[in-house]
Amino acid sequence: MKWILLSIVVTATAVADILQSHEMKKAGEQSVGARGLVRLLKMIASRRELILSIVCLAISFFAFMALVQAEPLSFAVPASAASFILETVLAKLVLKERVGMRRATGALLVLGGVLLLAR
Amino acid sequence: MTRGKALRTYSLLLLFIFLRPFGNLSLAWGTKHFPQVFSLHPSVYIRAMLDPFVALGIAMLILALLTRMALLSLADLSFILPVTAVGYVLSALFGKLFLHETVTLQQWLGTVLIFMGTALVGSTAQNTTKHEEEAE
Repeated sequence: MKWILLSIVVTATAVADILQSHEMKKAGEQSVGARGLVRLLKMIASRRELILSIVCLAISFFAFMALVQAEPLSFAVPASAASFILETVLAKLVLKERVGMRRATGALLVLGGVLLLAR
Repeated sequence: MTRGKALRTYSLLLLFIFLRPFGNLSLAWGTKHFPQVFSLHPSVYIRAMLDPFVALGIAMLILALLTRMALLSLADLSFILPVTAVGYVLSALFGKLFLHETVTLQQWLGTVLIFMGTALVGSTAQNTTKHEEEAE
Protein backbone atom coordinates (compact mmCIF):
# COMPACT_ATOMS: atom_id res chain seq x y z
CA MET A 1 0.00 0.00 0.00
CA LYS A 2 2.78 2.44 0.84
CA TRP A 3 4.32 2.12 -2.64
CA ILE A 4 0.96 2.74 -4.33
CA LEU A 5 0.46 5.86 -2.21
CA LEU A 6 4.03 6.95 -2.95
CA SER A 7 3.62 6.61 -6.72
CA ILE A 8 0.40 8.64 -6.59
CA VAL A 9 2.25 11.36 -4.65
CA VAL A 10 5.19 11.41 -7.08
CA THR A 11 3.20 11.42 -10.34
CA ALA A 12 0.66 13.99 -9.21
CA THR A 13 3.43 16.27 -7.88
CA ALA A 14 5.41 16.15 -11.12
CA VAL A 15 2.38 17.00 -13.27
CA ALA A 16 1.39 19.83 -10.91
CA ASP A 17 4.89 21.32 -10.88
CA ILE A 18 5.35 21.31 -14.64
CA LEU A 19 1.94 22.97 -15.12
CA GLN A 20 2.67 25.54 -12.40
CA SER A 21 6.16 26.41 -13.56
CA HIS A 22 4.95 26.85 -17.14
CA GLU A 23 2.04 29.12 -16.16
CA MET A 24 3.89 31.13 -13.49
CA LYS A 25 6.76 32.03 -15.83
CA LYS A 26 4.16 33.31 -18.30
CA ALA A 27 2.38 35.26 -15.56
CA GLY A 28 5.29 37.53 -14.69
CA GLU A 29 6.86 38.18 -11.30
CA GLN A 30 4.68 37.53 -8.25
CA SER A 31 5.10 38.26 -4.55
CA VAL A 32 3.53 37.04 -1.30
CA GLY A 33 2.96 40.34 0.47
CA ALA A 34 -0.65 41.14 1.47
CA ARG A 35 -1.48 42.61 -1.95
CA GLY A 36 0.64 40.09 -3.79
CA LEU A 37 -1.26 37.18 -2.24
CA VAL A 38 -4.64 38.51 -3.33
CA ARG A 39 -3.31 39.05 -6.85
CA LEU A 40 -1.85 35.56 -6.86
CA LEU A 41 -5.12 33.96 -5.70
CA LYS A 42 -7.11 35.82 -8.37
CA MET A 43 -4.66 34.65 -10.98
CA ILE A 44 -4.91 31.02 -9.88
CA ALA A 45 -8.71 31.19 -10.14
CA SER A 46 -8.55 32.61 -13.66
CA ARG A 47 -6.14 30.13 -15.27
CA ARG A 48 -7.26 26.62 -16.15
CA GLU A 49 -3.76 25.13 -16.01
CA LEU A 50 -3.23 26.49 -12.50
CA ILE A 51 -6.57 25.11 -11.27
CA LEU A 52 -5.64 21.74 -12.77
CA SER A 53 -2.26 21.90 -11.01
CA ILE A 54 -4.00 22.57 -7.69
CA VAL A 55 -6.24 19.54 -8.28
CA CYS A 56 -3.13 17.41 -8.90
CA LEU A 57 -1.58 18.83 -5.72
CA ALA A 58 -4.73 17.99 -3.75
CA ILE A 59 -4.56 14.38 -4.97
CA SER A 60 -0.89 14.23 -4.04
CA PHE A 61 -1.65 15.83 -0.67
CA PHE A 62 -4.33 13.35 0.40
CA ALA A 63 -2.17 10.41 -0.67
CA PHE A 64 0.68 11.97 1.34
CA MET A 65 -1.59 12.41 4.35
CA ALA A 66 -2.44 8.70 4.32
CA LEU A 67 1.24 7.83 3.82
CA VAL A 68 2.49 9.98 6.68
CA GLN A 69 0.02 8.46 9.12
CA ALA A 70 1.26 4.93 8.50
CA GLU A 71 4.96 5.58 7.84
CA PRO A 72 7.58 7.65 9.70
CA LEU A 73 7.83 11.32 8.61
CA SER A 74 11.54 10.72 7.97
CA PHE A 75 10.59 8.11 5.35
CA ALA A 76 7.53 9.75 3.78
CA VAL A 77 9.07 13.15 3.09
CA PRO A 78 12.38 12.03 1.52
CA ALA A 79 10.75 9.18 -0.41
CA SER A 80 8.33 11.58 -2.08
CA ALA A 81 11.38 13.34 -3.53
CA ALA A 82 11.65 10.54 -6.06
CA SER A 83 9.80 13.02 -8.27
CA PHE A 84 13.08 14.88 -8.48
CA ILE A 85 14.69 13.30 -11.51
CA LEU A 86 11.37 13.00 -13.36
CA GLU A 87 10.78 16.71 -12.83
CA THR A 88 14.30 17.82 -13.77
CA VAL A 89 14.07 15.86 -17.03
CA LEU A 90 10.63 17.33 -17.75
CA ALA A 91 11.94 20.83 -16.93
CA LYS A 92 14.56 20.39 -19.63
CA LEU A 93 12.30 18.73 -22.22
CA VAL A 94 8.97 20.47 -21.69
CA LEU A 95 9.93 23.80 -20.11
CA LYS A 96 13.20 24.17 -22.11
CA GLU A 97 15.16 25.14 -19.04
CA ARG A 98 18.92 24.98 -19.44
CA VAL A 99 20.02 22.15 -17.16
CA GLY A 100 23.82 22.41 -17.41
CA MET A 101 26.46 20.13 -15.91
CA ARG A 102 26.53 21.90 -12.56
CA ARG A 103 22.77 21.89 -12.11
CA ALA A 104 22.43 18.26 -13.23
CA THR A 105 25.24 17.14 -10.91
CA GLY A 106 23.69 19.06 -8.02
CA ALA A 107 20.29 17.47 -8.69
CA LEU A 108 21.88 13.99 -8.73
CA LEU A 109 23.70 14.67 -5.45
CA VAL A 110 20.44 15.79 -3.87
CA LEU A 111 18.65 12.70 -5.17
CA GLY A 112 21.42 10.49 -3.75
CA GLY A 113 21.06 12.23 -0.42
CA VAL A 114 17.29 11.89 -0.44
CA LEU A 115 17.57 8.16 -1.20
CA LEU A 116 19.99 7.69 1.70
CA LEU A 117 17.57 9.58 3.94
CA ALA A 118 14.74 7.31 2.81
CA ARG A 119 16.63 4.20 4.00
CA MET B 1 19.28 39.25 -13.25
CA THR B 2 19.01 42.37 -11.08
CA ARG B 3 20.23 42.30 -7.52
CA GLY B 4 16.78 43.13 -6.11
CA LYS B 5 15.19 40.25 -7.96
CA ALA B 6 17.85 37.81 -6.77
CA LEU B 7 17.34 39.03 -3.21
CA ARG B 8 13.56 38.58 -3.50
CA THR B 9 14.06 35.07 -4.86
CA TYR B 10 16.31 34.16 -1.94
CA SER B 11 13.95 35.56 0.69
CA LEU B 12 11.02 33.63 -0.84
CA LEU B 13 13.22 30.52 -0.87
CA LEU B 14 14.00 30.97 2.82
CA LEU B 15 10.32 31.46 3.69
CA PHE B 16 9.35 28.35 1.75
CA ILE B 17 12.17 26.21 3.20
CA PHE B 18 10.86 26.91 6.72
CA LEU B 19 7.12 26.84 6.02
CA ARG B 20 7.02 23.38 4.49
CA PRO B 21 8.84 21.33 7.17
CA PHE B 22 6.90 23.10 9.96
CA GLY B 23 3.65 22.44 8.08
CA ASN B 24 4.61 18.79 7.58
CA LEU B 25 5.54 18.42 11.24
CA SER B 26 2.23 19.84 12.40
CA LEU B 27 0.37 17.62 9.93
CA ALA B 28 2.30 14.51 11.00
CA TRP B 29 1.74 15.29 14.67
CA GLY B 30 -1.99 15.76 14.10
CA THR B 31 -2.50 12.66 11.94
CA LYS B 32 -0.42 10.40 14.19
CA HIS B 33 -2.51 11.38 17.20
CA PHE B 34 -5.74 11.05 15.25
CA PRO B 35 -7.72 8.00 16.45
CA GLN B 36 -8.99 6.73 13.07
CA VAL B 37 -7.02 5.11 10.25
CA PHE B 38 -7.20 6.92 6.89
CA SER B 39 -8.97 4.95 4.21
CA LEU B 40 -10.58 5.80 0.90
CA HIS B 41 -13.56 7.19 2.77
CA PRO B 42 -13.53 11.01 2.54
CA SER B 43 -15.40 11.63 5.81
CA VAL B 44 -12.36 10.56 7.86
CA TYR B 45 -10.19 13.15 6.11
CA ILE B 46 -12.75 15.89 6.70
CA ARG B 47 -12.97 15.03 10.39
CA ALA B 48 -9.17 14.93 10.61
CA MET B 49 -8.99 18.44 9.17
CA LEU B 50 -10.86 19.75 12.21
CA ASP B 51 -7.95 18.63 14.39
CA PRO B 52 -6.05 21.83 15.33
CA PHE B 53 -2.61 20.44 14.42
CA VAL B 54 -3.83 19.10 11.09
CA ALA B 55 -5.55 22.43 10.37
CA LEU B 56 -2.44 24.44 11.29
CA GLY B 57 -0.31 22.14 9.14
CA ILE B 58 -2.66 22.57 6.18
CA ALA B 59 -2.69 26.37 6.60
CA MET B 60 1.11 26.48 6.62
CA LEU B 61 1.33 24.17 3.62
CA ILE B 62 -1.14 26.33 1.66
CA LEU B 63 0.99 29.41 2.38
CA ALA B 64 4.05 27.39 1.37
CA LEU B 65 2.33 26.46 -1.89
CA LEU B 66 1.55 30.11 -2.71
CA THR B 67 5.12 31.11 -1.83
CA ARG B 68 6.40 28.42 -4.16
CA MET B 69 4.15 29.62 -6.99
CA ALA B 70 5.53 33.14 -6.56
CA LEU B 71 9.01 31.58 -6.64
CA LEU B 72 8.20 29.76 -9.88
CA SER B 73 7.38 33.12 -11.46
CA LEU B 74 10.93 34.27 -10.66
CA ALA B 75 13.15 31.22 -11.12
CA ASP B 76 13.50 27.89 -12.97
CA LEU B 77 11.83 24.71 -11.68
CA SER B 78 15.14 22.86 -12.07
CA PHE B 79 16.73 25.54 -9.85
CA ILE B 80 14.01 25.64 -7.16
CA LEU B 81 13.70 21.85 -6.80
CA PRO B 82 17.22 21.06 -5.51
CA VAL B 83 17.65 24.29 -3.57
CA THR B 84 14.45 23.79 -1.56
CA ALA B 85 15.56 20.21 -0.83
CA VAL B 86 17.23 21.58 2.31
CA GLY B 87 13.70 21.30 3.69
CA TYR B 88 14.07 17.49 3.61
CA VAL B 89 16.96 17.80 6.01
CA LEU B 90 14.82 19.91 8.35
CA SER B 91 12.04 17.33 8.15
CA ALA B 92 14.42 14.53 9.19
CA LEU B 93 15.66 16.72 12.02
CA PHE B 94 12.14 17.55 13.20
CA GLY B 95 11.18 13.88 13.00
CA LYS B 96 14.05 13.12 15.37
CA LEU B 97 13.50 16.06 17.72
CA PHE B 98 9.73 16.19 18.01
CA LEU B 99 8.39 12.80 16.92
CA HIS B 100 11.30 10.81 18.41
CA GLU B 101 12.03 9.01 15.16
CA THR B 102 15.52 7.54 14.89
CA VAL B 103 17.92 9.15 12.40
CA THR B 104 20.74 6.81 11.38
CA LEU B 105 24.32 7.55 10.26
CA GLN B 106 23.26 6.74 6.69
CA GLN B 107 20.55 9.38 6.91
CA TRP B 108 22.99 12.01 8.16
CA LEU B 109 25.22 11.11 5.20
CA GLY B 110 22.23 11.72 2.93
CA THR B 111 21.83 15.08 4.62
CA VAL B 112 25.40 16.05 3.71
CA LEU B 113 24.82 15.05 0.07
CA ILE B 114 21.67 17.19 -0.09
CA PHE B 115 23.61 20.17 1.26
CA MET B 116 26.37 19.70 -1.33
CA GLY B 117 23.91 19.32 -4.21
CA THR B 118 21.94 22.34 -3.04
CA ALA B 119 25.04 24.52 -2.88
CA LEU B 120 26.03 23.42 -6.38
CA VAL B 121 22.64 24.17 -7.93
CA GLY B 122 22.38 27.39 -5.91
CA SER B 123 25.47 28.64 -7.70
CA THR B 124 23.80 28.42 -11.13
CA ALA B 125 21.63 31.17 -12.68
CA GLN B 126 18.10 31.23 -11.26
CA ASN B 127 16.27 31.73 -14.52
CA THR B 128 17.41 30.38 -17.87
CA THR B 129 14.28 30.69 -19.98
CA LYS B 130 13.44 34.36 -19.76
CA HIS B 131 16.81 36.04 -20.18
CA GLU B 132 19.87 35.35 -22.23
CA GLU B 133 21.98 34.56 -19.18
CA GLU B 134 24.22 31.50 -19.06
CA ALA B 135 23.02 28.65 -16.89
CA GLU B 136 26.54 27.88 -15.75
